[in-house]
Amino acid sequence: MSQTEIRSSFFTEEHDALRASIRAFVEKELTPHAEEWEAAGNFPDDVFPKLGKNGFLGLSYPQEVGGQGGDYLSTLVLKEEMARCGSGGLAMAVAVQTDMATPPIHKFGTKEQVDEYLKPAIQGTKIACLGITEPDAGSDVANIQTTGVKDGSDWVINGRKIFITNGCRAHFCTLVVRTDQPSGYNGFSLFLVPTDTPGWQVTRRLDKLGMHSSDTAEIVMEDMRLPAGALLGEEGKGFQQIMWELQGERLVGVAGSIAGAQLTFERCLAYAHERTTFGKPIGKHQVIAHKLATMASEIEAARRLVYDAAWKFNNGAYPVKEISMAKLYGAQVACRVANEAMQIFGGASYMMEVPIQRGWRDSRLIRIGGGTDEVMREIIAKLKGL
Amino acid sequence: MTRYELFTEEHEAFRASVKDFVQRELAPHAQEWEEKKDFPREIYERCGELGLFGLKYPEEYGGTGPDMIADAVVNEELTLCGAGGVAAGLGAHKDLGSYYIYRFGNQEQRKRWLVPGIQGKAISALAVTEPHAGSDVAALKTKAVKDADHYVITGTKMFITNGSKADHVVVAARTGGEGYKGVSLIVVEKDTPGFTANRIATVGWWTSHTAELVFDECRVPAENMLGEEGSGFISIMKNFQWERIVMALAAVRAAQKTLDDAIAYAQSRTAFGRPVAKFQTWRHRFADLETEIHAMRCLTYHALRKMAAGEDAMREVSMAKWMACDLDWRVADEALQVHGGYGYMMEFPVQRAWRDSRLGPIGGGTTEIMKEIIARTYGL
Repeated sequence: MSQTEIRSSFFTEEHDALRASIRAFVEKELTPHAEEWEAAGNFPDDVFPKLGKNGFLGLSYPQEVGGQGGDYLSTLVLKEEMARCGSGGLAMAVAVQTDMATPPIHKFGTKEQVDEYLKPAIQGTKIACLGITEPDAGSDVANIQTTGVKDGSDWVINGRKIFITNGCRAHFCTLVVRTDQPSGYNGFSLFLVPTDTPGWQVTRRLDKLGMHSSDTAEIVMEDMRLPAGALLGEEGKGFQQIMWELQGERLVGVAGSIAGAQLTFERCLAYAHERTTFGKPIGKHQVIAHKLATMASEIEAARRLVYDAAWKFNNGAYPVKEISMAKLYGAQVACRVANEAMQIFGGASYMMEVPIQRGWRDSRLIRIGGGTDEVMREIIAKLKGL
Repeated sequence: MTRYELFTEEHEAFRASVKDFVQRELAPHAQEWEEKKDFPREIYERCGELGLFGLKYPEEYGGTGPDMIADAVVNEELTLCGAGGVAAGLGAHKDLGSYYIYRFGNQEQRKRWLVPGIQGKAISALAVTEPHAGSDVAALKTKAVKDADHYVITGTKMFITNGSKADHVVVAARTGGEGYKGVSLIVVEKDTPGFTANRIATVGWWTSHTAELVFDECRVPAENMLGEEGSGFISIMKNFQWERIVMALAAVRAAQKTLDDAIAYAQSRTAFGRPVAKFQTWRHRFADLETEIHAMRCLTYHALRKMAAGEDAMREVSMAKWMACDLDWRVADEALQVHGGYGYMMEFPVQRAWRDSRLGPIGGGTTEIMKEIIARTYGL
């Protein structure tokens, strides 16, 4: 046997160039406003069209729908770079737009639906949200109670959705509804709902522990009437469609969290060199040095796990187990790193003016959102034959 | 053409053949060899016949390489034989003793020691560690004093795998002054007067020979020196990377086997009316371990990929080594736990995995040393 040349990087030069351009955009247009937007509990809607103009909202969508025609790894680069803006909520809101609410339109939508929703979403002129979770059904999607009943050719929708990111400002929602009364996995369907539809109501803007710059809504739908053309994909196939969507959601979610952990690590490293205690930089105290070594090791392992899943996903596989493992492991690493960072920064970390606390609060969501750690373990165990 | 994937179809076919060898010629004897606390020398020869020792080397020495990826496949598969000591004994010969001779030796030395080493007819070992110097290589005390065309070696080496079995040992000794610049590598053949090897009992790795080597004015021809005088420290540091990456690869593989065996047991064992594997606490613990093992696999392959691409991978190798070895041990501990009382009985192999895996976070540089190295790469 002989050795053919191996490249060590998962990304190509094109990805590297894309990364540089996103990083420049983030540093110029987003990072300087992170503090202000966090304090305001919101960021301006025009961030979406700005991103859209640069093509960043359609990196992995084909050119015929207005995308850049890149591969899956391109959107992964976006998630990693967005995390560096320092405001988890902003990164999450954009991820909902690019990788959660819109992939089902591309995958299952009609030409009309693509024109009406996907194209403007890629341009950033329409903001999207995804309506799955309900007060009594999260990862247990099969327990969703929002109903859609046929009335002539229309659908009449009733129910409630909760924890909906972008829900307060969205122009449309990709909504999961039970359309067949007897329960089971085959009773669900997806709909595309303009948020100015009569009966759609944002009842609360929810106050959260972290992710302050993003809006999170509680939605009530009361006798909301939708035309037949609002149905996305096949009637009764909503469960499978949303399970597919969740794979991408989990992968980009955790990729962003790990990139956030990397940013936190870099801040800790800089602090460890500059902050002095007992006559030397804290990084020269062995326990702090080893703590940082542990953080770096865990981040690297989590990143490689995400890349492995993304590589498979990009090459056409549907690696549910690897994605679930990446989500589980990466989420825990992100939270551990954020917590260790609090310790390294000491008293300063506990002050709201130091961004380390934000990483700590923001990262906590990834162990819950998109399916909890416990749900990931259930999936992995099942796929392991347990 | 460059590729991102580590293993080609050819590698996978090769893997299948090594796996077959391990399953047919090693695994069935694991229990017996463990009881005897030894495995036959013929196994080295058999590995030589199969070409398992020659993948790093060109044809002129009887090798079939260089193909470091194929070589790594050997480490992964040998681990599955069920006796940590067998893989350790074969690995110490393949990745330490022989590899040093190739990397740092001259043509003459390669012909003399590497060629029979590749054939498995001569067994090698590496002796760096001493009673008072392990990872702190620069502090080693064994002396080699030049006397005309000989070196006279005096000192003691410790924890040397294959030490009491090897035909030749690569010995790190001080030929110069204090510090790392005074260290050289010298090959000592086993029958050299003044050289004795005393086997030491170990917690695990029972089938491998671990020995204390005593050099009492042991006279070795000067031509036995590998590389330049004083270059030993740098050579040792270089080869540490390979030693550590193969340890990490083996740890990942071993952890997966330990977990899969534990799951099989948990599925067969019933408690409170259902298989132990059906209790949610175990399902979730297994899921966590499966996840961590895969994370370590990805990290280790990343480090190997960087090495194979010829890049500096010291940071990634150190990360993979400590994390994978630490995990292998934690998996073994959980596996022992799920076996309950049986886990504590010597007739169940899980206790062996528990003992064998404990060396991972110590050998080849402790977890603490790995963290020191990683911290240094960040300027800490």
